[in-house]
Amino acid sequence: MNTDDFAISVRGLRNTFGEQVVHDNLDLDVRRGEIIGVVGGSGTGKSVLMRAILALRRPQAGHIEVLGLDVYSEDSKARKKIETNTGVLYQNGALFSSLTVEENVAVPLKEHYGDLPDKLVHELCMLKIRLSGLQDSAAEKYPSQLSGGMRKRAGIARALALDPALVFLDEPTAGLDPVGAAAFDQLILTLQRALGLTVFLITHDLDTLYTICDRVAVIADRKVLINAPLSEVEKFDHPWVQEYFHGPRGRAAQGAQHLLEK
Amino acid sequence: MNNEPNIGPHRDDPDIINATGEWSLQTAQACIALLEKAPSQVKDIDGREILRLDSTGAMLLSQLATRSGLALKEIDVRPEHQALMNAVRQLCETPPIVRKKDYGFRKMLERLGFAMEDYAKETLALVGFGGLSLQTSIKTLFQPRRFRATATFHHMEQVGVDAVPLVLLLSFMVGSVIAFLGATVLKEFGAEVYVVELVGIAFLREFAVLLTAILLAGRTASAFTAQIGAMQSGEEIDAIRTLGLDPIELLVLPRLFALVVMLPLLTFLAMMAGLAGGMAVCAASLGISPELFTVRLHDSISVTHFWVGISKAPIFAVVIALIGCLEGFQVKGTAESVGERTTSSVVQTISLVILLDALAALFFMEMDW
Repeated sequence: MNTDDFAISVRGLRNTFGEQVVHDNLDLDVRRGEIIGVVGGSGTGKSVLMRAILALRRPQAGHIEVLGLDVYSEDSKARKKIETNTGVLYQNGALFSSLTVEENVAVPLKEHYGDLPDKLVHELCMLKIRLSGLQDSAAEKYPSQLSGGMRKRAGIARALALDPALVFLDEPTAGLDPVGAAAFDQLILTLQRALGLTVFLITHDLDTLYTICDRVAVIADRKVLINAPLSEVEKFDHPWVQEYFHGPRGRAAQGAQHLLEK
Repeated sequence: MNNEPNIGPHRDDPDIINATGEWSLQTAQACIALLEKAPSQVKDIDGREILRLDSTGAMLLSQLATRSGLALKEIDVRPEHQALMNAVRQLCETPPIVRKKDYGFRKMLERLGFAMEDYAKETLALVGFGGLSLQTSIKTLFQPRRFRATATFHHMEQVGVDAVPLVLLLSFMVGSVIAFLGATVLKEFGAEVYVVELVGIAFLREFAVLLTAILLAGRTASAFTAQIGAMQSGEEIDAIRTLGLDPIELLVLPRLFALVVMLPLLTFLAMMAGLAGGMAVCAASLGISPELFTVRLHDSISVTHFWVGISKAPIFAVVIALIGCLEGFQVKGTAESVGERTTSSVVQTISLVILLDALAALFFMEMDW
């Protein structure tokens, strides 16, 4: 496979916090146009990995490429290309609390394409807000007036503002009720199909893994243990993986999935 | 092949528009210009030669389609763009409402009204909260075992003892500034020696208590609001209530009592530091020795000034503690709300302290005290 087919490619990543080694010689490849689910126990460094890929935290060693460009390169053009091609949904939405939803979505547009006419910016914002499944009336609300699920949808709308090729989602269904979580999974799937996104998804939600992920990467013992379709991951022989997928919750999610497929 | 977006009549049928090139956010300006020139009557749009299409391009194309009254299916694009096109066209069927924001006179009136209403509510809440605290403290008076001594002493240390260096330093500075100021003016009349009266009266009557209250409003009211606000957003207050405890008794009384005890003590220290500042300036640059300063202070300043100043301290303490705690209880969930309330508590306490001080000055003047 050509390296150009990878949206993200991580080689020999090492992250440490003082004495504590979080990642050691970690490799990960994410193909273009797939939804990859990253799972791992608490404290295995899923979020640290995401922050390293987003160039928010410089790792102690390793090489990270996003869309074929080195994320820690000094070249400002390359950096801008990466910035305009990645969208991030943080765990709590991380919306700017002093701006309305529409203004939040408009922030990246105005920053990177400042010369667009106001009318187009408004239309684009409304398109993204509708794409993320919100009503038009949500556009004028402030984040504090939205429910948790709506805030995440607004976060998605902002992440999609620049039509990025790559979207990072940090526990998108955490804190949502099962119905809301299922609807959000469907939203991610729909958006991924429609916009041809590559999705890097950190999750604890087994239902999310079973319903929308093309591949699953398991982080444990400071590395990516396995990065493969779910059917292979389930069979992987590692105590944590077995516990995770074959514990009571894992079995329930599998069962639900089989029912759905029938 | 050229990446610029373009439209032109189709080779088979001039009524069909043929769109080519890149239709994306990056080329949006060019796309808009093209669409403005596009013919208004279109039978069909052929987008199969579009190389790159993103949601912006899809939206612009579907606007053209809507303008020409085309049905959903009548934009042909490459199979890989079809899903995007369909999704965007469905969403673009109803145009978004463009609501003009009103920044005019009516908006101003509206904001003024809201502000007034908020202010009235806030005042009412403060009065109510004061009553509630008074009631709880009287109840505690009859059941002294319910009084939280440990918490009270903890707060006494935090609001009182820990603030001593700051209060001393600032009062000393202000005291010496006043002495300098007085010296400059009084020198003209050869009446430098009256600097002693100036510093003495100013500090005993007004500045010591005002300075201390303002310092504690910034230092302590904000801390109370943030502490109680963080507990409120962490649902700790609800936990206190459901455990059958009284949050006022548990959280407000120790803080209130600590401040009421500590603010007069701090005020006394501020008076001493202010006088010391004045004395230092007098000795250093006016030739008034500390002995002369003390004697003059003793002879010409009655103790009433001291009582007037210190009597205001407990009142200011109540204001600071009540507003600080009340704002904390009004925090709603989010972190922003904690910040908002903290600001509001500092602003309110400082303005109320100054307002009360002005009223008190009028009162004491009329009473000739």
